[in-house]
Amino acid sequence: MPPLLRFRKLSPFYEDTVNPKAKQSATVEKPKRRRFRRCSCVDSCCWLIGYLCTAWWLLLFLYHSVPVPAMLQAPESPGTRLSRDGVKALHPVILVPGIVTGGLELWEGRPCAEGLFRKRLWGASFTEILRRPLCWLEHLSLDSETGLDPPGIRVRAVPGLVAADYFAPCYFAWAVLIENLAKIGYEGKNLHMASYDWRLSFHNTEVRDQSLSRLKSKIELMYATNGYNKVVVVPHSMGAIYFLHFLKWVETPLHDGGGGGGPGWCAKHIKAVVNIGPAFLGVPKAVSNLLSAEGKDIAYARSLAPGLLDSELLKLQTLEHLMRMSHSWDSIVSLLPKGGEAIWGDLDSYAEEGHNCIYSKRKSSQLSLSNLQRQNYSIKPESRVKEPAKYGRIISFGKRAAELPSSQLSMLNIEELSRVDCTSNVSTSCGEFWSEYNEMSRESIVKVAENTAYTATTVLDLLRFIAPKMMRRAEAHFSHGIADDLDDPKYGHYKYWSNPLETKLPDAPEMEMYCLYGVGIPTERSYIYKLATTSGKCKSSIPFRIDGSVDGDDICVKGGTRFADGDESVPVISAGFMCAKGWRGKTRFNPSGMETFVREYKHKPPGSLLESRGTESGAHVDIMGNVGLIEDVLRIAAGASGQEIGGDRIYSDVMRMSERISIKL
Amino acid sequence: MPLIHRKKPTEKPSSPPSEEVVVPDEDSQKKPHESSKSHHKKSNGGGKWSCIDSCCWFIGCVCVTWWFLLFLYNAMPASFPQYVTERITGPLPDPPGVKLKKEGLKAKHPVVFIPGIVTGGLELWEGKQCADGLFRKRLWGGTFGEVYKRPLCWVEHMSLDNVTGLDPAGIRVRAVSGLVAADYFAPGYFVWAVLIANLAHIGYEEKNMYMAAYDWRLSFQNTEVRDQTLSRMKSNIELMVSTNGGKKAVIVPHSMGVLYFLHFMKWVEAPAPMGGGGGPDWCAKYIKAVMNIGGPFLGVPKAVAGLFSAEAKDVAVARAIAPGFLDTDIFRLQTLQHVMRMTRTWDSTMSMLPKGGDTIWGGLDWSPEKGHTCCGKKQKSNETCGEAGENGVSKTKPVNYGRIISFGKEVAEAAPSEINNIDFRGAVKGQSIPNHTCRDVWTEYHDMGIAGIKAIAEYKVYTADEAIDLLHYVAPKMMARGSAHFSYGIADDLDDPKYQQPKYWSNPLETKLPNAPEMEIYSLYGVGIPTERAYVYKLNQSPDSCIPFQIFTSAHEEDEDSCLKAGVYNVDGDETVPVLSAGFMCAKAWRGKTRFNPSGIKTYIREYNHSPPANLLEGRGTQSGAHVDIMGNFALIEDIMRVAAGGNGSDIGHDQVHSGIFEWSERIDLKL
Repeated sequence: MPPLLRFRKLSPFYEDTVNPKAKQSATVEKPKRRRFRRCSCVDSCCWLIGYLCTAWWLLLFLYHSVPVPAMLQAPESPGTRLSRDGVKALHPVILVPGIVTGGLELWEGRPCAEGLFRKRLWGASFTEILRRPLCWLEHLSLDSETGLDPPGIRVRAVPGLVAADYFAPCYFAWAVLIENLAKIGYEGKNLHMASYDWRLSFHNTEVRDQSLSRLKSKIELMYATNGYNKVVVVPHSMGAIYFLHFLKWVETPLHDGGGGGGPGWCAKHIKAVVNIGPAFLGVPKAVSNLLSAEGKDIAYARSLAPGLLDSELLKLQTLEHLMRMSHSWDSIVSLLPKGGEAIWGDLDSYAEEGHNCIYSKRKSSQLSLSNLQRQNYSIKPESRVKEPAKYGRIISFGKRAAELPSSQLSMLNIEELSRVDCTSNVSTSCGEFWSEYNEMSRESIVKVAENTAYTATTVLDLLRFIAPKMMRRAEAHFSHGIADDLDDPKYGHYKYWSNPLETKLPDAPEMEMYCLYGVGIPTERSYIYKLATTSGKCKSSIPFRIDGSVDGDDICVKGGTRFADGDESVPVISAGFMCAKGWRGKTRFNPSGMETFVREYKHKPPGSLLESRGTESGAHVDIMGNVGLIEDVLRIAAGASGQEIGGDRIYSDVMRMSERISIKL
Repeated sequence: MPLIHRKKPTEKPSSPPSEEVVVPDEDSQKKPHESSKSHHKKSNGGGKWSCIDSCCWFIGCVCVTWWFLLFLYNAMPASFPQYVTERITGPLPDPPGVKLKKEGLKAKHPVVFIPGIVTGGLELWEGKQCADGLFRKRLWGGTFGEVYKRPLCWVEHMSLDNVTGLDPAGIRVRAVSGLVAADYFAPGYFVWAVLIANLAHIGYEEKNMYMAAYDWRLSFQNTEVRDQTLSRMKSNIELMVSTNGGKKAVIVPHSMGVLYFLHFMKWVEAPAPMGGGGGPDWCAKYIKAVMNIGGPFLGVPKAVAGLFSAEAKDVAVARAIAPGFLDTDIFRLQTLQHVMRMTRTWDSTMSMLPKGGDTIWGGLDWSPEKGHTCCGKKQKSNETCGEAGENGVSKTKPVNYGRIISFGKEVAEAAPSEINNIDFRGAVKGQSIPNHTCRDVWTEYHDMGIAGIKAIAEYKVYTADEAIDLLHYVAPKMMARGSAHFSYGIADDLDDPKYQQPKYWSNPLETKLPNAPEMEIYSLYGVGIPTERAYVYKLNQSPDSCIPFQIFTSAHEEDEDSCLKAGVYNVDGDETVPVLSAGFMCAKAWRGKTRFNPSGIKTYIREYNHSPPANLLEGRGTQSGAHVDIMGNFALIEDIMRVAAGGNGSDIGHDQVHSGIFEWSERIDLKL
């Protein structure tokens, strides 16, 4: 506020000296003064703006010129510390970004997107959404039949490190990790971002952009130009299953649609795969996203201001548009829960049983309760005093359905329902909007929702029933089951390659698999749905909604969503199970017995606003700024093995959960 | 806009006398700010605006106007500027991309761009304390904001090590990768962007277009040693060819990129430890055509002046306009000296020194361009030029282009017999240091002493061969480093095993083209712009200056048409590269089966006559022939696109020549 001060100082002086003159002028130059007076409203506005601007600039100037005080200075970054300890760049590092974080840019578009050539449509500032929302939606959607480019539109992944260093200005994704890697000597020649178009199915990234071939060639090149040191791959989120797909693809012969690297390619080129927040077994979030284009945030917003999002004022239909767009992206289907009931639990049992919401304050009471429950469960599961959260029911319609014992649920055979053609029912005002819901009869919608609950297996049937076209398209590329016999020749098909439960890891006994993820944040695990109220003249396009009004007695249920431990996006079971059990030792999924390590990072919210997103965060994206994780990645890249960085590091009960899951290994 | 706002209120019906108006006005002023209220009370409704107030008012007005204009600009439909332009200049021609798309051309061969010197962006990966917060920010290219904010820090980071020509300790500056490396040099100043946009129209995208960015400060072989840039380029070309159904790549180098790619072609076929180990038919297998844009195959005379005194035409002109300004030591800026110190650490500048010596560039009394008349820029039609030549009474004296550096105008024009040469090569370098302040700035001049400087000035005239010797004498350390990486001669026997060394690979006169008879080499360049070819120098005795030599800017010819302007003799070219350098290899030395081109690769020359943009709205023009602006030349873009879409040299019309390149090439007596 320096200008204010200055102003006050000036005023007495002003009074003494200027006043007489002013009085004089007031008497002499009346007409002129009157004119001045009248425009004073506009003038004073200008004056105020000028005032504010000056003050702003002054502050900005001060901010830039004043050196940062010591207490505000960031603590020493892990890169600097390790660099001083003599840790040096050794293995080339490949970063594989996940869904959403990678930037997309326009290469060819419709007339409405003029002037956006090679500008980012996704990532960076997103200004185009506000300026031309419909145009933006049109360009980011894929073809609903093929899952590839619509005619006349080419949107491509941004290449290079800029693709995903910052998702939006100041919202880092990989930037902190990159900076720390650079401190120990990494640069363009030994650090590569394998960006890909994350909207496509994994196989299609190769068909359209040859992304997998490029990645292969890049790894081979970096291996050769860095003194034949194997590469360390660091995938994040969906990138973990993308790279799983790559591992299988690269060793498959060319004539089977693979990369032709031959067996032993991975053993030769890859030292370790350091998965950050991997969604190996999918995320329940993907179900709610596909079913009603919403997650807990939207459900929460709706419960705060009911009617706002649903109203058709201004014909916005935001959610409907988002849903149409995301239904055209195959990649979301890759994130549906995999392994079905064996992993995610059936109507009555589930792996997280006994999970207490550790983030709740009622820690002690919950703990004893859950212990009690576990004992009860082993004896007589039907007679529990209080039903715990039934995580296994990923979607339940109504709170009752979520809690009833399975015997009382109406068993619905979805295949029997007919998709009655009911175009006559659809009023024209809603018809312009594409959604497969329009083709469903109201009766079948009601029937689907009647007092039922869906597990990870049946929820796929539900999706197949609701959006048959999308699922038909996407299921040609992804599979969500568990293999009985991995040697079955059908598993040579690419659709199985990204499912860790239907592929073997490559034959590379010296390779290491890491699962690095955050814990300690409530993570969406299952949902309670309701039927959307039909509004006035036309049927709402999305008939199902998360029931935001359901708040459980315990902290695990809030706003129609049940939470389990995880990193806010990926539940522990999805991120940790494969490394904790599925691949541990020599199993059928890991025939060569490569070593696996689970490294968990306990979430600790930033202490103050100054820390912004924190250096000890465990959240899905913010974990990339976690100093513990960065240090681990740096040490691995500099040549340390899993044992040297400390083996497993576990805070959650992932081991116990994994124990409870019984699949053939 | 505020003006209009201000006028409106006055149109209201006149209000009662001022004393009463004061009250409501004061109320309205209460809202904006408390202090304004107190101010008005004190001033008793009389004087209203102090100085600060009016300043604030003014700033406010400017801000509001600015925001309003910004709003209008953003709300304006994107096609508006084009509409305005079309109303003024008539309908624009379709850009080549749109035109060729209508013709049905489709992306076929993968395209590789190789940027030249200066145009590629460089970013910081590791720096000293002073460069805090610049991690992965561009030091070169982009806005150059850091040059102003911390100039010395910037110079320190952009310089390389004096001795090794690699990174100084603790500093890592690397080339930006990807198409962004050189699409725009500075905001709004395109380099490759127009070409990229047009190629995208016929279906090119990231997967079949690749910018082979490299650190252009390094010598070519060092880019491989430090960054493995050549290996990456090889791997990328192989990848693109295999993912595009085996279609060979079209390479489009620009400026120094041309030499870099010559080096690459030798490197890639050379055996492994020194080369890329691609085998003797790598080029034949992967390359369809090399389309060199403005290629300084034989170097540029500009490089001599740049290394000798850190100046070129532009600096010399600036000095002529404001003499003393650049040379003074006020503020201890020493701009030129710092620039000189920086550029001398860059090995790559030495790759552009004139090659081929007197054989190519001419001796004391002859030059291949002899008889070239410089038409003033104002005369557009060639006829006026031609007439002057026919009459034989050409007012201009013949120019001795062969004398690349001459001390004094008289010497530049004198007959060879009149010049007294005192050999400088043996001259002892004096001990005395003329100026101590120059010690801060590293140049090798202060090692030379007055005696050395005198000796140089007394030698009077330097031809291309002697200019190299001169640089060896003036800057022995730099040239010792440079001659380990580059060579400027002509090979007598190309089969001599010594030519397998990397230092010869970027000199077209000391290497053979690869054995790839189906490959095509194009030389595309602009003509019709006066281009630096030879310089008139003077000794600079000013005590403030650390560089003892300067271009003699007052060397003028009264005649408008003279080739001599501000101490620089100009010749036809694209403003940077003379026609001779850009065209000679394709016009003669590689034409047909020669010893430089044993497999008889077809060569084509495509010249583009410069025509400056008609008005400001056209920006840098679509028919420019200038060294960088030519990348926006529609005719050139169309040629490249046709070749990329599968055409060959005869499809696009063989040679297209405007200059006297064939005539000049004839005069050069080179064993082929």
